[in-house]
Amino acid sequence: MKGAGPAQLEVRGVTKAFPGCLANDDISFRIEPGEIHALLGENGAGKSTLVKIIYGVLQADEGELIWEGKPVTIHSPHNAREMGIGLVFQHFSLFETMTVLENIALAMNDVRDMDALRKQVLEVEKTYGLPLDPDRHVYTLSVGERQRIEIVRCLLQNPKLLILDEPTSVLTPQEVEKLFETLRRLADEGCAILYISHKLHEVKALCQKATVLRGGKVVAGCDPREETAKSMAEMMIGQKLTAPDRGEARTFGDVRLAVADLSLASDEQFGTDLKGINLEVRGGEIMGVAGVAGNGQNELFRALAGETEQEAAPDSIKIDGTSVAHFGPRRRRRLGATFVPEERNGHGAVPDMSLSENGFLTAFRRMALAAKGLIREVPTKSFADNIIKTFDVRTTGSGAEAGSLSGGNLQKFIVGREILQDPGVLVISQPTWGVDAGAASAIHQALLDLAAKGTAVLVISQDLDEIFAICDSVVVMAEGKMSKPRPMADVSIEEIGLLMGGLHDLEGNATPANNTQVEGGRVGQA
Amino acid sequence: MVRLEPRRQHSQAMVYLSPVLAILMTLVVGGIIFAFMGKNPFDALYTFFILPINNSYGISELFVKATPLVIIGVGLAMGFRANVWNIGAEGQLTMGAIFGGGLALYFHDSESILLMPAMFVLGALGGAFWGAIPALLRTRFNANEILTSLMLTYVATLFLSFLVHGPWRNPEGFNFPESRPFPDAGLLPIIFEGSRVHLGTAVAVLVVIAGWLLLSKSVIGFQLRVVGKAPQAARHVGFRQKRMVWFTLLLGGALAGLAGLFEVAGPIGQLQPSISPGYGFTAIIVAFLGRLHPVGILFGGLIMALTYLGGELAQITLGLPNAVTGLFQGILLFFLLACDVLTKYRIRFGSIAAKGRTA
Repeated sequence: MKGAGPAQLEVRGVTKAFPGCLANDDISFRIEPGEIHALLGENGAGKSTLVKIIYGVLQADEGELIWEGKPVTIHSPHNAREMGIGLVFQHFSLFETMTVLENIALAMNDVRDMDALRKQVLEVEKTYGLPLDPDRHVYTLSVGERQRIEIVRCLLQNPKLLILDEPTSVLTPQEVEKLFETLRRLADEGCAILYISHKLHEVKALCQKATVLRGGKVVAGCDPREETAKSMAEMMIGQKLTAPDRGEARTFGDVRLAVADLSLASDEQFGTDLKGINLEVRGGEIMGVAGVAGNGQNELFRALAGETEQEAAPDSIKIDGTSVAHFGPRRRRRLGATFVPEERNGHGAVPDMSLSENGFLTAFRRMALAAKGLIREVPTKSFADNIIKTFDVRTTGSGAEAGSLSGGNLQKFIVGREILQDPGVLVISQPTWGVDAGAASAIHQALLDLAAKGTAVLVISQDLDEIFAICDSVVVMAEGKMSKPRPMADVSIEEIGLLMGGLHDLEGNATPANNTQVEGGRVGQA
Repeated sequence: MVRLEPRRQHSQAMVYLSPVLAILMTLVVGGIIFAFMGKNPFDALYTFFILPINNSYGISELFVKATPLVIIGVGLAMGFRANVWNIGAEGQLTMGAIFGGGLALYFHDSESILLMPAMFVLGALGGAFWGAIPALLRTRFNANEILTSLMLTYVATLFLSFLVHGPWRNPEGFNFPESRPFPDAGLLPIIFEGSRVHLGTAVAVLVVIAGWLLLSKSVIGFQLRVVGKAPQAARHVGFRQKRMVWFTLLLGGALAGLAGLFEVAGPIGQLQPSISPGYGFTAIIVAFLGRLHPVGILFGGLIMALTYLGGELAQITLGLPNAVTGLFQGILLFFLLACDVLTKYRIRFGSIAAKGRTA
């Protein structure tokens, strides 16, 4: 039925308004069976709203959905699943205290036999290379592993239309390639795929058609294979895009952040212990920490930020030469280190506090926003205003609750808050996770500018494009261990991908069978 | 069909409207209950809520009852903001009364003006001591402070009972389970002639102001709020939760202890087996009714004080059981918690199908 027949799904004139915001404005496009169709747009362009309408979470105010040639009303996600629509949400709709299998069962319309389901799950996991223990509790899983649950549970339903929202952010390049194979196979079997991603080269490699949204409207349709990543990005943001400016040949100063033989048991039950981590970041240097989610990056971040219950060994962490292993977060910040955690809501910011208060949260000492134990209202507000202005945070003002901002805008605010404190060391985890292209490029530029002023920046990221775009050197984490640092110019994306897949074979005591070596800072291809 | 739809931002209006709605609904349900009991609901509500305060003495009594509620409520609100659930203010109140009152009994023939301030200090210390036990258990052994603080309440009231039945019984009191009356130097001065309004009421106003400053303007108040709203963010910036547990339980305990001392050194004037009609528990409702905000708690305290006065009057003039007071307090808390849902959600009328014009 590929090609000639009716479209798998046609969206006709869909309009959806929220109080004070027209999220979807007369959107029309069609997806043929077996087509991989990209939906592009910045955060706030209306992609999520459109997806929710297709999946029956929201109802359109106007317009209609045509499914296999017939107008339909999709009342609920349950209804959507019955019709054959599967969705991998950007924000995982998982129950933390339940197991993987239970979560999958919940999303199925009709589960009679858990054992049969377990078999099915294991089979899908095997077929598509998505390893996951069905009996693990979700709260113990990393972001990447949680996403796997979503993908598995969609694939279980043999969908006719599969919607994926930013599915590759947490995968290694090899895993991404595997996922693409899966998706291509699904498409060959006649399944239509609506693929939402900011990674435009992926869209280019995978998709046959693209619909670009901006401000709730369809602004362009194109064949990604005939476009460049840059041209598509420009369609999305509606203006010319400038690549991050890395400045002149960079020179590095003294070591500002030094980690020596850091080993630390994870605070979490199923966390990853850190094993003998070594790294040195010099002033002016941006070092990337690559790796698949759940390989100790969160533990490393917490150890560096001073959030861990246990203390690291003395002298294992130094900031500007001062040993800080026994310091809490405040004393580390006093030495000029600042930190941006991966999770924005509830970790980097308090969602139901104002931006003013969220500015105060990490900056009150360095920016002298408190005196005699009292909050100084005026400088606190002007500090937040300054962040909003300097980093182009779109919000109603410094009184707005942090939780009311879109992901990209809140991230700009948090990154801005730390950068404006003029740090000597900045450790930032997943700087552009779930952030739109415009905000991401602003954040990248801000990090480059910060490094140019002599700050040592450590970027923990699962996004290799990001690491290649802004970093001077890279280390890879796998199973709590870390590879030796390499200059960015000397490594290829494939080499990093191999390291992400399992470091223990490559580092130090390489097994002869693998035919690999790390001597001299280069990895021999296996 | 009625649906709840999440709001993008918390409704500030609903934060303040919710207690008003809750009070109105309590009145309606209260009226229905009165009707079922065979009373004219309008008369009964009038007796309960208007009659007690339609003269100046009634109003002064309102202040007397509100004083401990407000002082304790402000202390509890600090803890509740930080997710520290001190349910044992009644016990801390009792220990404050025992410590401060014990001093007055020891110096029962003293005329020193230093006695009163010393009683203040000991009263606060007694309450803080009783709050320190759940704090220690929570921070050292991760024991739930809801249970420990509640259980310690019964220990404290039984301890008071033991004291006034035994060692501290008034030797000239004909074997009644009461202590000696406190000396004049150990009694709170009356600040309005002809009423029972005492110095403690003025202190309550100061506590409200200090509480507001602490919570809204100070760094430690900010820390409390962050620890309560986002524990992970608090850990990220080094606001230690354990310190907040200690701080709020000690502060809440000290204020409850002070309130207990004010009761025995004010309206009661001696130690007896029962020194509080459940002020420590009612203050929990006061704290939430006042939106965990000191100024709101001032109003919440006055409203809950009215339920005590109304309950007494309803007993006398309508012959209703004393349980009516507790009933009203419970209904009010119930509706308050229900109405609070509306700060995060809005109500939508109309069915989903009617909205689904998609196809």
